Amino acid sequence: MSLLPYLIAGWIFLAGVYGIATSRNLIHAVGCLAVTQSSTYVLLLSVGYRKGATAPVFSDAPTSATVVDPVVQALALTDVVVGATVTALLLALVVQTAKRHGTIDPDELSGLKG
Amino acid sequence: MTRRVRLWVLAAGLLATAALYAAACTQLPGFGGSWHPYGDRAVRAALQQRTANTVSSVNFDLRAFDTLGEESVLFASVLGTVVLLRRTRDEKRVAPEPVRVPAALRRYGRLMLPVTLLIGLYVIAHGQLSPGGGFQGGVVAATSLHLLYIAVDYPALERFRPLGLYELADGAGEAAYVLLGAAGLIAGSAYLANVLPLGTFNTLSSGGTVPLLNAAVGIEVTSAVVVLLAHFLAQALEIEGEREEDRSA
Repeated sequence: MSLLPYLIAGWIFLAGVYGIATSRNLIHAVGCLAVTQSSTYVLLLSVGYRKGATAPVFSDAPTSATVVDPVVQALALTDVVVGATVTALLLALVVQTAKRHGTIDPDELSGLKG
Repeated sequence: MTRRVRLWVLAAGLLATAALYAAACTQLPGFGGSWHPYGDRAVRAALQQRTANTVSSVNFDLRAFDTLGEESVLFASVLGTVVLLRRTRDEKRVAPEPVRVPAALRRYGRLMLPVTLLIGLYVIAHGQLSPGGGFQGGVVAATSLHLLYIAVDYPALERFRPLGLYELADGAGEAAYVLLGAAGLIAGSAYLANVLPLGTFNTLSSGGTVPLLNAAVGIEVTSAVVVLLAHFLAQALEIEGEREEDRSA
């Protein structure tokens, strides 16, 4: 089953999208977005995996050692940090929505106001 | 659109995406295979630049310009959060009451705060050698300060966390990264090129500009997380809206 890790990444993505689309609470929706985003970590790391290889750090391994792909690991790393701060920004928006409209159910936020 | 119709549209979209994605997966190189052209080249380049942690070399040397972009996203979202969570005209600031904390928790916090801070700084400083770097170490260092909030109370955290300084440090970290990039231009090379002497492989001073860029990112991430948490904590503990009181009254 060499396809399984890729399919798991896809499954996490779809589960997150389902959560966002059916969400009745904006905080829950932000959480689902984080789930959707985490599917990219699984996909990136499974693309970079190499059987029998070690971590791409040579401080305690010989420079001839086979290592997994460091490029995708670097991508996943920045993805995690940026994802966390963007989640904070979205939660700040939810705080403001709750203050201005008194609800965080997206279905109740459809009306125009002003 | 009613909820029922929306669910049907969603189901159709998810099924189509799933089918296309599964079909695409069959064309990907097999999981765990030995064909990694970019990875092999990145490892070769990192060793040439005498950076033991290949991931740091990719982030702060080979793809340093991309990291500038990612860092700016971080900076922009912190800025956005600060603007969104400011105190508005119809809200007032109240001083939160001091709360008694169990003695065991107090001791644990006092013990763990310096240890956590040290680990955070270690992880930032050794980014070019071992797993870690400015992004990860910054989060750990920022967390250590908030042990004060858990183990003592909110006023104690406020005393030891001059927020203005952290906001300044956030901008300074971002500026340091941009200016370090310009050093490459001054030295007659490309923007963000690794122009410093590369040092001895696997020592603290190896990797040229990698440790410096790591430090800049470390400063920015530490202050970014402190500033973010400060504004969320202020919303939860200090700021009270008059409107909400009216509504509940």
